Amino acid sequence: MDFGLTKEQALMQKMCREFAVNEIEPIAAEIDAEERYPHETVEKMRKLGLMGIQFPKELGGSGGDYVCYSIAIEEASKFCGTTGCIISSHATLGAWPIYKYGTPEQKEKWLRPLISGQKTGAFGLTEPNAGTDSAAQQTVAVKQEDGTWLINGSKVFITGGGIASTYIIFAMTDKSKGNKGISAFIVDENDPGFKIGKIEHKMGIRGSQTAELIFEDMVIPGDRLLGKENGGFKIAMTTLDGGRIGIASQALGIAQGALDQAIKYMKERVQFGKTLDKFQGLQWMVADMDTKIEAARLLVRKAAWLHDQDLPFTKEAAQAKLYAAEVAMDVTTKCVQIFGGYGYIREYPMERMMRDAKITEIYEGTSQVQRMVIAGQLLR
Amino acid sequence: MKAIVCVKQVPDTSGKVAVNPDGTLNRASMATIINPDDKNAVEAALTLKDATGCEVVVVTMGPPPAEGMLRELIAMGADRGVLVSGREFGGSDTFATSQILAAAIKKIGLEADDIVFCGRQAIDGDTAQVGPQIAEKLDIPQISYAADIKVEGGKVTVKRMLEDGYMTIETQTPCLVTCIKELNAPRYMSVGGIFGCYAKPVDVYDYNTLKDDPLIEADTIGLKGSPTNIFKSFTPPQKGKGVMLEGADKATCTTLAAALLKKHII
Repeated sequence: MDFGLTKEQALMQKMCREFAVNEIEPIAAEIDAEERYPHETVEKMRKLGLMGIQFPKELGGSGGDYVCYSIAIEEASKFCGTTGCIISSHATLGAWPIYKYGTPEQKEKWLRPLISGQKTGAFGLTEPNAGTDSAAQQTVAVKQEDGTWLINGSKVFITGGGIASTYIIFAMTDKSKGNKGISAFIVDENDPGFKIGKIEHKMGIRGSQTAELIFEDMVIPGDRLLGKENGGFKIAMTTLDGGRIGIASQALGIAQGALDQAIKYMKERVQFGKTLDKFQGLQWMVADMDTKIEAARLLVRKAAWLHDQDLPFTKEAAQAKLYAAEVAMDVTTKCVQIFGGYGYIREYPMERMMRDAKITEIYEGTSQVQRMVIAGQLLR
Repeated sequence: MKAIVCVKQVPDTSGKVAVNPDGTLNRASMATIINPDDKNAVEAALTLKDATGCEVVVVTMGPPPAEGMLRELIAMGADRGVLVSGREFGGSDTFATSQILAAAIKKIGLEADDIVFCGRQAIDGDTAQVGPQIAEKLDIPQISYAADIKVEGGKVTVKRMLEDGYMTIETQTPCLVTCIKELNAPRYMSVGGIFGCYAKPVDVYDYNTLKDDPLIEADTIGLKGSPTNIFKSFTPPQKGKGVMLEGADKATCTTLAAALLKKHII
C-alpha cells in the first residue's frame, strides 16, 4: 500500500501550487466581485496543458492521470473556487463524454481542440423542470429525412454557457421510453438556432459563467449524435460519475485553502494579550477541521486512483463528493467564525470561500443525490 | 545549435537558514530550490529553442538528488540533462567548480553556433564568478548581466544592465551569457512536460568521465583545488528598525536635519 504521490504527481502539485499563488490568487477577489470570467487565467492554463490533464497525448491531451487532474483542481480551489470549477467542468463534462463515447472522427474533430486547449467545453443536461429528475427532459431531437437532427428546447444553469465553444447536449429522442429515450449530441456554438439565454447571477463561483441555452429549430448534422441513439442517459450518468471527482477536489481545495488562511490569521491576531492560536477552544476547532479535510482528501484521492486503474468508482466518487462538499461547507463556515467580523466582510477571502463552498453541495448532483447513488450501489 | 544552461540547486533562503558549528551551511536540513537567476538562464535558452528549435541541455554539479531539479527543468522544456556528480568534486569553490563545469561542457560538446547560459549568481554564495570563469576556461567570449538577448545567425547582441546604466555588446557564438531576473519571466513546468520528463535522458558525469580533460587535475578540483578558505561565517545582526518621518512642513525638515546631524551624516 502506498499513500504517496508518484514523482510526476509530486511535480504536478508543485507546479500547480506555484501557478495558483502567482496567477490565480491575485485576481480571485476581483473576478468574484465583478462576476468576470478569468479569460487570462484560462489562456495561461491552456498553454500549460491544464485543460487536458488526464487525456492521452496522442489525442492532444497532456498524458496525465485523474490524480493529477484532482490535484490541479484542489490547488486552484485553495485560492479560487471559480478556477477549480472551470478546470473541472471543461475536462470532465465537456471533453470526457467525447473521449469515452465518440467515434475516431468525432475525437479528431471535437475532442482534440478541447484537450489541446484551443477550445472550451460544456455540458447541458439540466432543464427548468428536469434537475435531478432528468427523465423529465423537454428538449426534443427529431431525426429528419436527410439524416440531420432538429432540436428544440432549452437548458438552464449550464456552467460555461456562452463561454464554451463545444457543448454536450441531451435531448429526448423517444419520449415514450423515459430515461431510455434520451440521446447525447455534440453542439457547436455557431450552430444555426443555438442561442445563449439568461446569464445567471450567483452566490458563489461568480467568475464562472452560468447560462441558459436555447435551441430554436436548431439543425445539426447526423454525425453529431454521441454514442447510440437513446443511449444518452448512460452517457450523462457516467460523465457525472467522473465529474464528481472534480467537484470533490474543488470542495477539498476550498476547505484546505480556508483552513490555511485561518491558521495564518490565528498566529497573527492578538486578543487578550495573546495570539488566537493560544486559545484551546480554537485549537480544537482547527484539529477537527484538519482531520475532516484529511479524511476528505483520502476519499477524493481514492476515487481518482480507482478511475486511473479502470476500476469501478461510482460509489467512491459519490462518497468523495458528498463528504468533501459537506466538509467544505462546515470548514468555511467555521473559518468565517475564526475571522469574526473580518470573516464577514469582503476585504478578506473567507466569506467568498464560504459562498463558493455551497455550490459543491448542489451541482453535479446534490448531496441528497449522492446519497441516492451510494445507497443504490449498496442495495442493488 | 545548442543552448547549454548551467544551473545550481541552492538552499531555500526564504525558509530557515541552518548553519553548521564550523560556519558552513547545513544544506541537508534546508529545503532546496533552483537558483532564481538560473531559472532566467533556462528561460533564455527555452526562448531561443522556441524561436530556432535548438536543443537545450541543462547541466548541474551536485549530489545525486540534484537530478530532481534537472527533471523539473526538462518538464519546463529542456531536452536533456547532465548531472556532474562525484566525491572528488566535493568542496569545490568557484575556481574548482568552473574547472569542472567547463570540462563537462567540453564533454557535452561545444560547437561553433552554441551558447552557454548561466544565472548571474547563486543566492547561497552570491559571488557571480562561476559563469565568467567557465567562459575563460573555455576560451569563449562572455557577456554578463544580460537584460535582453538577441540571436541572429552566429551574432549575439546583449543589453547588459549595470548599476549606472545599460551597455549593449555584440559578439559571436560560441559564447557565454549570464542572465539576470529582469531578462524574462521563467515559464512553469507544463503538464505534458511533467509526463515525459522522466523518459528523457539525464547523463551522469563522474570523475572518470571527465578525468582526461586537462582542466581536471588533483589540485584543480574539489577542496584541494579551491584557493578559497572560509575564515568565518556568521549571520550579521539584524539592522534596527528605521525611523519614518511624515510631513512636508518645516518642522519635519528640522527634525530630519537634527537626526542626520546627530549621526554626523551632515
